[in-house]
Amino acid sequence: MPSVSKIFRTMEYGPAPESDKEALSWLGKHERVFGHYIDGAWTEPGTTYDVMNPATSKVIARVTDGTAADVDAAVRAAGRALPGWKGLAPHARARHLYALARAVQKHARLLAVLESMDNGKSIRETRDIDVPLVARHFYHHAGWAQLLGAEFAGYEAVGVVGQIIPWNFPLLMLAWKIAPALACGNTVILKPAEFTPLTALCFAELAHEAGIPAGVINIVTGHGDTGAAIVDHPDVDKIAFTGSTEVGRIIRKATAGSGKKLSLELGGKSPFIVYDDADLDSVVEGVVDAIWFNQGQVCCAGSRLLVQEGIAEQLVAKLRARMEKLRVGAPLDKAVDMGAIVAPVQLERIRSLVQQGADEGATMWQPSWAAPQDGCFYPPTLFTNVEPSSTIAQVEIFGPVLVTMTFRTPDESVALANNTPYGLAASVWTENINLALDIAPKIKAGVVWVNSTNLFDAAAGFGGYRESGFGREGGREGMWEYLKRAESRERRVEKKRGTAERRPERMSSAASTLDSPLSTLPSIDRTPKLFIAGKQARPDQGYTRRIHSPTGTLVGEVGEGNRKDIRNAVEAAHAAAGKWARSTGHNRGQILYYIAENLSARAAEFAARIDAMTACGKRASKQEVDASISRLFTYAAWADKYDGLVHSVPIRGVSIAMNEPIGVIGVACPDEFPLLGLVSLLGPTMATGNATIVVPSQPYPLAATDLYSVLETSDVPAGVVNVVTGGRDALSKVLAEHDDVEAVWYFGTRDGVTAVELASASNMKRTWATWRERDWLDAADGEGREFLRAATQVKNVWVPYGE
Amino acid sequence: MTAKPNLSLVTSPRPLPADHVERNAGVPLDLDVVRAIRVNRSAVERRAATIPTRRTVKNEWQAAWLLRAVTLIDLTTLSGDDTPGNVRRLCAKARRPVRDDIIDALGARDLGITVGAVCVYHALVKTAVDALAGSDIPVAAVSTGFPAGLSPVEQRVQEIRASVAAGAREIDIVITRAHVLTGNYAALYDEVRRFREACGDAHMKAILATGELATLGNVARASMVAMQAGADFIKTSTGKEGVNATLPFALVMCRMIREYYERTGWAIGFKPAGGIRSAKNALEYLYVMKEELGDRWLQPDLFRFGASSLLTDIERQLEHFVTGRYAAAHRMPMP
Repeated sequence: MPSVSKIFRTMEYGPAPESDKEALSWLGKHERVFGHYIDGAWTEPGTTYDVMNPATSKVIARVTDGTAADVDAAVRAAGRALPGWKGLAPHARARHLYALARAVQKHARLLAVLESMDNGKSIRETRDIDVPLVARHFYHHAGWAQLLGAEFAGYEAVGVVGQIIPWNFPLLMLAWKIAPALACGNTVILKPAEFTPLTALCFAELAHEAGIPAGVINIVTGHGDTGAAIVDHPDVDKIAFTGSTEVGRIIRKATAGSGKKLSLELGGKSPFIVYDDADLDSVVEGVVDAIWFNQGQVCCAGSRLLVQEGIAEQLVAKLRARMEKLRVGAPLDKAVDMGAIVAPVQLERIRSLVQQGADEGATMWQPSWAAPQDGCFYPPTLFTNVEPSSTIAQVEIFGPVLVTMTFRTPDESVALANNTPYGLAASVWTENINLALDIAPKIKAGVVWVNSTNLFDAAAGFGGYRESGFGREGGREGMWEYLKRAESRERRVEKKRGTAERRPERMSSAASTLDSPLSTLPSIDRTPKLFIAGKQARPDQGYTRRIHSPTGTLVGEVGEGNRKDIRNAVEAAHAAAGKWARSTGHNRGQILYYIAENLSARAAEFAARIDAMTACGKRASKQEVDASISRLFTYAAWADKYDGLVHSVPIRGVSIAMNEPIGVIGVACPDEFPLLGLVSLLGPTMATGNATIVVPSQPYPLAATDLYSVLETSDVPAGVVNVVTGGRDALSKVLAEHDDVEAVWYFGTRDGVTAVELASASNMKRTWATWRERDWLDAADGEGREFLRAATQVKNVWVPYGE
Repeated sequence: MTAKPNLSLVTSPRPLPADHVERNAGVPLDLDVVRAIRVNRSAVERRAATIPTRRTVKNEWQAAWLLRAVTLIDLTTLSGDDTPGNVRRLCAKARRPVRDDIIDALGARDLGITVGAVCVYHALVKTAVDALAGSDIPVAAVSTGFPAGLSPVEQRVQEIRASVAAGAREIDIVITRAHVLTGNYAALYDEVRRFREACGDAHMKAILATGELATLGNVARASMVAMQAGADFIKTSTGKEGVNATLPFALVMCRMIREYYERTGWAIGFKPAGGIRSAKNALEYLYVMKEELGDRWLQPDLFRFGASSLLTDIERQLEHFVTGRYAAAHRMPMP
C-alpha cells in the first residue's frame, strides 16, 4: 500500500470497496443452491447450473434449470391464487404493494450488492439507480392498486401472467413487470435471465416475508427452454417480455392465435442527437450516461451519436478527453464508472462487432488506459468515420461502444435518427426550445429525452415504436397492459345477420338488382373499383368478385384486390400519412363531420344497400346507417380531445405523454355490420391521424365501396383512406407481412388472427386481431377510448427545464 | 501587457509546468466566445450531483487527499470584529494547520504542510504579513469595495494598490454584478482589466459573487470575461451572498477555465469560497477539479478553498484516521 506521503504527491484514487459480507451471508444461508419459488415455498433444487460473478469469473451460486413441469406447477399455483388475489379489495392489494416497496427499501443495500455481484454492474448504479427505482415502482403501483376501481372502471386483471426478463437490469425489470401486474390483480410467473437470477430469488424471499399470498408471485429460474414453456403454456393469459428483438419475434410467433395478451420491450439503436447550439460539456456527460451506463448494456442506450457537422470535431475531442477519465474496474468499488460485461459470450460479441466495425473502415478509438484483464471487462469505445451503411451503425451492440455520424440540417438529423428498424428512445440536445419540441415528435421512438438521457420513472411510460416492441411500462399507459375489459361487460352478441348460408347463384343479370329493376332501359353498370390514393383504381389483375345476398341474389361485383393493390395502397397511405398526422385535430374532426353529413344525405341508399346484401330488414339497416352517422360524430368529437398527459416525474421538468398516431394501419373489417363495422374502425384511426388500407367485409363489401364516393366528396385527403376489396384473409396476410405497415387490425376468424399475428412478426407491427364478435351498435362495446388507444402509441417526451 | 492572439480552439495545449504556471496576460475581449456560451442548468446539476457518487477516497487515500486539501486552503477571516489578535492566531494556525502528532502519525512531516494563504481585509494585511514572516505563506486581501463592490472605481483601484503596498501578494477583487446582469460585458472587461493592472505582481482572484448572478449562463459568461481581462483565479463568492459555493457553480466555472485554457494555453485557477465546512464537501471539490481539469489543478497555484472552519473538520478526520476513534473539535488548536 502506498504511503500517505506518496499519495499526497500523486493524488491517485485508491480502492474503495463496498463490502460483500451481507450478500455472501445471504447466499450462504441458502447454501448457495436454489430451487424455484412456487406457491409460496422453495422447491427442492433440481438440475442446477452455475451462476457466475462476471467480474471475478467465480461461481457464486447454483440455481435450478426450470423444466416444463416446474413451469406447469407455477402456472397452476398462479391460477389457484388468482381468484383470491383478484378478488381482494383494491386497498388490500395496495397494502401488499406498499409492503413490497418497504421491503425493497429496508434491504436496499443487500439487493444492490447482490445485483452488482451477479450482473457485474457498478455498485454506484445498483445503489443509486436500480434499487431506488425498484422501490419507486412498487410505491407508484401501490397507488394504482388503490385507485384501480375508480380509474379503470369496467376493467379487470388479465389473469395469469408469464413474465420473462433480461439480465441487464435484473431487479428493475422484475419490478417493472411485477408491480403493475399485481396492482391490477394478476398473478405472475416470472423467469429471471439465466445469467442473473439472484436478486429475483432474494426478492421472492422478501415478498414471502412481506406476506404476499402463496401463488401470487412465482419465480422460476432457467434458460430459454424454461421461458418457452411459459410462453407455450395454455393457461397463461398474457406474456410480458423484455429482451432481444430476435426472441421477441419468436414469442410473437409462438403466441399467434393463442389469444394471449402480449407486451414486448425489445432492442434499440437509439439516436443521441446534438445540434450546434447545445451545451457541449453537458452533452459529453449525457453521452457518458447514455452509452457508458451499465457498460452500454441498455436497450435504450444512446448508441448512435448524431452530431451537427460543424461541431463534430470539437465534440469528439471533448469526448475523448472525457473517456480518458472514466474508470473501469471492480463493480463493488464505489469509485468506478463501469463494471464488468455480464458474461464471456457477451464480451465476445462486443469484441467481434468492434473488430467488424474496424474492418469495415470506421475509426476506432479507446482511451490510453487498459481495462482489467481478469473478468469480463471492456473499455469505452468510440467510432468515428461511421456511415449508416456500417454494420456497427445498424446492429445493437449492447456494449460500451458509440458510433458517431454527422448531419447537416434538422431534417437530415431526423432522417438519420429514423434510419433504423428500432424505435425505443432518443436524446435531443439543443438550447433552442423550438427545435427540441419540433424534433421530438418527428422521431420514431417511445421515449425522447430533451437535454438528458436515460431518465426513468414509474410515472412515465417506457416502451418502443417499430421493432423495439409494443406496450408501455410505467404510468397510466402501462396499466392497460395488465387489464382487460371486465367479463361482465362482454355481452353475448346476438347473431343478427351475416351467417346465413349463401344459396347457389341464380342466373340473373348483375345489373338487374342494382339499379332500377323497373326501368325498361338497360341499366348502366356501376361496378365499384378499388379506392387508392384518392382515386378509383381498377384491380391489378382485372378480376371481379361477385357479391350475393343471403338468398343468393347477385347484389353487385367488386374488384378482386391482390398483393400489388395492397402495395399500391400502402404507398398511397404513406404519401398521405405525414401530412394527415400533422393536420390539426380540429381539421380532422371537421372532415369526419363532413363524412357524416354526406352519409346522412345518402342514408336511404346506404340502408337499401345493407339490406340488399344482408337481408337484415329495413329497420335494422336504417339503424345501422344511423349508428354509423352517430359514430362518425363520436370520432369527430374525439379528434381534438384525445389528449395526452403530463406526468409527474421527479425532476424539475415534465414528461409529456403524447398520443401519436401509429402511422399506416391495415384494417380488416368485421362482417357483422358492413357499414358500421367499417366506420367504427375508420373513425378512430382517422381521428388520431393515421392513414389506412381498409379491407372491407368480404361478403358485404359494397357498403365500403359506396362509402368511398362519400369520402371523395368530404375533403378526405387522397391516400388517408384506401379501400381494397377481395379475399379478406389473403389481403390481411399481405398487410401483416408488409414491412412498411405499422399496425394491422383484424376482425375475423381465429385462423385469420393466427395468420395475421404470425406474419406481423416480420417487423413487429402492432396487431389488434380478434375473433370475438362485438356488439357494434352498443357504444360501450363499439366505440371509445379502447379504439383510440389501439390507434395511437404513447411517446413520452422528457423536458427538464430551469435557467 | 501583451495579449496573445485569441486562437480558435486548441485541443491539446502545451503541458503546464510542475510548479508555477505562467500568469494569464489576458486577451482582447472576445464577445463571440462569450455569447456562444451555452449552459444547460438541469444537465449541469445532474452532473454535479453524481460527481460525489462516482468518486470517493478511503483510508490512506482519504488522509492524503485531506492533507492536500489543507495546503489548498485560503484560511480566512473577514469579520467586522477582526483584530490583530485573532488574525495573529489565524496565522499561527496557518503555519501549523495540523497537530504535530497527527502529522507524525501520518508520516507527513517532510511534506511541510501549511495552508495556501491567509485571507483578510486590508486593515489586517500588515498584521498578517508580519505574523507570517519567515514562512512562504502569502497574504491575500479582499479588495475593491468588498463584498458589494459598489464604491467609486478610483477608490477601488486605490484599495488594491494600498493592499499590495502593505504586503499582500494576492488580491481578491469583486466584480460589479450589474455589468453581468445588464449584459455590459465591455464594462466588466474594462473593470477587471483595470484591477489587474493595479495588482501588478500580486495575483488577482476575481470574485464573481455567483449567488447574485441569477443564472449559470451568467456565471459562465462572467467567468470567461474575467479570464479574458486577465484574472489569475476566478472565485465563486465573497461568502456574504445568500448562496455561496456550490458544485454546479464549480462545474460551470471549471468548464470555462478549460475552454479558456484550450483557446489560449493559459491555465487559470479556481477558488470556491463560502459554505465549505466539511472535509467530505472539500473532497467533492477535489473530485470536480481532478475530473474536469486534471491533477494539475490540485495544486495551490491553481486551486484554493476560501474557508475558515473547514480546517478543523479536516483535522478531526485526519485524527480519526490515525486513531480509529471519532475526533472532537475542541482537541484541535483553534484557528
